Amino acid sequence: MPTYVNPDKCDGCRGLARTACMYICPNDLMKYDADLGKVFSKEHGMAFNQEPDLCWECFSCVKACPTGAIVMRGYADVVPLGATLTPLRATDSIMWTAKYRDGQTKRFKFPIRTTPWGSINPFKDFPEPSPADLKKETLYGEPKWLMVDQLPTLKK
Amino acid sequence: MVQPEIETVETDVLVLGGGMAGCGAAYEAAYWAKTKGLKVAIVEKAAIERSGAVAMGLSAINLYLGMRWNQNKPEDFVHYVRQDLMGLSREDLVYDIARHVDSSVHLFEEWGLPIFKNADGTYKREGRWQIMIHGESYKPIVAEAAKTAVGDGNVYERIFAARLLLDAKDPSKIAGAVGFSVRENKIYVFKAKAVIVTAGGATGVFRPHSHGEGLGRIWYAPWNTGSAYSMMIQAGAKMTQMEHRLVVARFKDGYGPVGMWFLLFKAVLKNAKGELVEQKWADLLKEWEPYGSGKPIPTPLRNHQMMADFRAGGAPFYLMTDEAMQRMFQEAGNDPKKIREIEADAWEDFLDMTMSQALIWASDNIDPAKAPTEVVLTEPYLMGSHASGTGAWVSGPEDIAPKEYFWGYNRMTTIKGLFAAGDGVGGSAHKFSSGSHVEGRLAGKAAVAYILDNGATPTVDEGQIQAIKAELWKPFENYEKGKSGSTKDDINPNYLFPKMALHRLQKIMDEYAGGQGSQYITTEHMLQKGLDRLKVFKEDLQKQAARDLHDLLRCWEVWDRTWCAEAHMRHMLFRPETRWPGYYYRADYPTLDDKNWKVFVNSRYDASKGEWQLEKVPFLTNVS
Ligand SMILES: Cc1cc2nc3c(=O)[nH]c(=O)nc-3n(C[C@H](O)[C@H](O)[C@H](O)COP(=O)(O)OP(=O)(O)OC[C@H]3O[C@@H](n4cnc5c(N)ncnc54)[C@H](O)[C@@H]3O)c2cc1C
Ligand code: SF4
Ligand code: SF4
Repeated sequence: MPTYVNPDKCDGCRGLARTACMYICPNDLMKYDADLGKVFSKEHGMAFNQEPDLCWECFSCVKACPTGAIVMRGYADVVPLGATLTPLRATDSIMWTAKYRDGQTKRFKFPIRTTPWGSINPFKDFPEPSPADLKKETLYGEPKWLMVDQLPTLKK
Repeated sequence: MVQPEIETVETDVLVLGGGMAGCGAAYEAAYWAKTKGLKVAIVEKAAIERSGAVAMGLSAINLYLGMRWNQNKPEDFVHYVRQDLMGLSREDLVYDIARHVDSSVHLFEEWGLPIFKNADGTYKREGRWQIMIHGESYKPIVAEAAKTAVGDGNVYERIFAARLLLDAKDPSKIAGAVGFSVRENKIYVFKAKAVIVTAGGATGVFRPHSHGEGLGRIWYAPWNTGSAYSMMIQAGAKMTQMEHRLVVARFKDGYGPVGMWFLLFKAVLKNAKGELVEQKWADLLKEWEPYGSGKPIPTPLRNHQMMADFRAGGAPFYLMTDEAMQRMFQEAGNDPKKIREIEADAWEDFLDMTMSQALIWASDNIDPAKAPTEVVLTEPYLMGSHASGTGAWVSGPEDIAPKEYFWGYNRMTTIKGLFAAGDGVGGSAHKFSSGSHVEGRLAGKAAVAYILDNGATPTVDEGQIQAIKAELWKPFENYEKGKSGSTKDDINPNYLFPKMALHRLQKIMDEYAGGQGSQYITTEHMLQKGLDRLKVFKEDLQKQAARDLHDLLRCWEVWDRTWCAEAHMRHMLFRPETRWPGYYYRADYPTLDDKNWKVFVNSRYDASKGEWQLEKVPFLTNVS
């Protein structure tokens, strides 16, 4: 179920520091091509999926594309044509629209994060670790983060 | 052909792979490193924000004990894993993950992961060990914590880790790793005092059900190509249970997971005649005692029942989503608001972690509340974090491990200073996303302790670096030298492109090593034949060709899978029994032999001789 790029929408991420889809694809599939725009009489470059048969359909690029240019098309060797599944990802939630082959649609919205992006303070409220603690079995912040009095162990 | 530039990076702790385990390792190591101002670097072949098996998100955390609400004790989890995997696990490692895992989950929630709650504030459970999450951003959240902890300058993305480096003066010790950039002509040499391998499991070793354009739509992530195993094998680390593959029941074609449907929605599996597969084949379990009569039915035995029914003409199989949802609608008094919530839960399960399955419902005009969906068994995967246990043989924790399983530092492999976690560690299944994260943390802390005790600066042999560089760039040379041999790029007598190499590997494995196309059956003769074919295949792999860095990446991924394939076949050959029916069958040894084979099979590859040594290692446990 590989992705394809809609040439009417892709602007090559020209206003951004990096090509969003190429940056994010976990399988190195989305590729920016500076000359591709010429084929469509555009002055900017465009992206394409360079190896569709290794696409996991993870939607990472679809969610990341700032212009909504990337679309998932069911894989041609099995999946009937005509349906679409489209995400719209905001900072705290995501909305999915499933359009069936027969035209019916379903829409769902789910939360994705309860805190602001970039807000993680990794070792909040904990003192510098001491070398003596390094020899113990407890990890950072345990047992507090376990929310029990002590780390369980076995009587050998 | 442009020669690569070499960049050398010096660090104390080096983490290879930025998935769940890698993020846990980097995070925890960064904390302890603070005591001595040590440096922690993390290397990832993609972008950590969306890399690894959790790239698209998850709808459940499959391991959470709930110790704070007295829901489970670590021992309970060990008993569950013992039963599910037919007796064989490193119970010290399993216990260790269980007792720590809740702390990672609580951190995830603190960082911003939305977790479903019950009215009393406890987490909503899907099953005894699983909790439900709104996990679309699970990976970006975990990644943010790890990247912030190690600091921007220590994050190396789009670098494929290819080789581990042993110390030039003391080859029993680790000295770092070599990788190449997938974006520029550059080889990275990382010199490190401790290395943690968290590069995930192996997919694509076997021919998948999906083919053609759908080749990559497999269940486990196609970018987990066995690098963790391959790097450790080549460095001479001991590996365990490399025969212990995973095969799971999944929704057909989209590979949507079935866990929530079975556990929460209580949907049942029926064959084409409407018979309940589990009931129909209950007697079959008696052949697999003592595990057959234990509860729950082990994952491999559930597969085994499906396979038996397949041979008896029961296919296709259906997960009765419709019956389950209609029953739930009724229980909710057909209240439209509640119906809507149940429907949203049903869809979110896939929209959070296997969107293709939702697209297939839409494409096939299937409403899961009105029609069931087909289920099949997947092709085999090699992984150490799910219901299977391939990976490195590592030290356990000092206070839990039998003394034979402890050599100084938790999760250290048999190479000093080399650690592993997640899919990389063998013999301790069922850790999943949360357990992999916490295991990474255990390794991260132990790596810092190791450095403080043994922190000599590593020595790296320059000649070895030059040799690795020449080897890594060989596919470019093969292409340049060979391309004039044909008028068309992809049919040429001088070389092989990685896509065809991948197909060839998958065919060998499918046909000789018990793939889905062979009904998961293999024998000594088949494995010997498979190994013969693999030998010739490895000769041809020397002729792989690359036109660009993307091809180069694929070439080395095929090599990594090939190392996994060889280890897998050698281990299956060494174990003359069928321990996990439903995962694979040794047709020449079709029964379980607890008396002689309730032991680990460990292997070590000796690079200097090019030889594999396999051995039986006793199963020991301190957990009663
Ligand atoms: C569809 C699906 C559903 C799942 N459902 C659940 C669930 O509901 N609940 C749950 O808890 N778990 C679930 N899991 C399992 C969970 O995702 C894994 O157990 C976990 O991610 C394993 O962690 P890991 O760090 O070992 O591997 P990963 O998280 O996969 O990380 C491996 C990392 O290594 C990187 N890498 C690989 N090779 C190299 C290399 N050569 N150089 C550099 N980097 C490299 C990869 O890019 C990746 O980032 C599911 C997995 C899948 C695929
Ligand atoms: S869907 Fe995922 S695998 Fe496919 S191109 Fe996009 S990011 Fe890559
Ligand atoms: S992210 Fe979207 S707009 Fe940017 S290059 Fe890719 S397809 Fe084009």
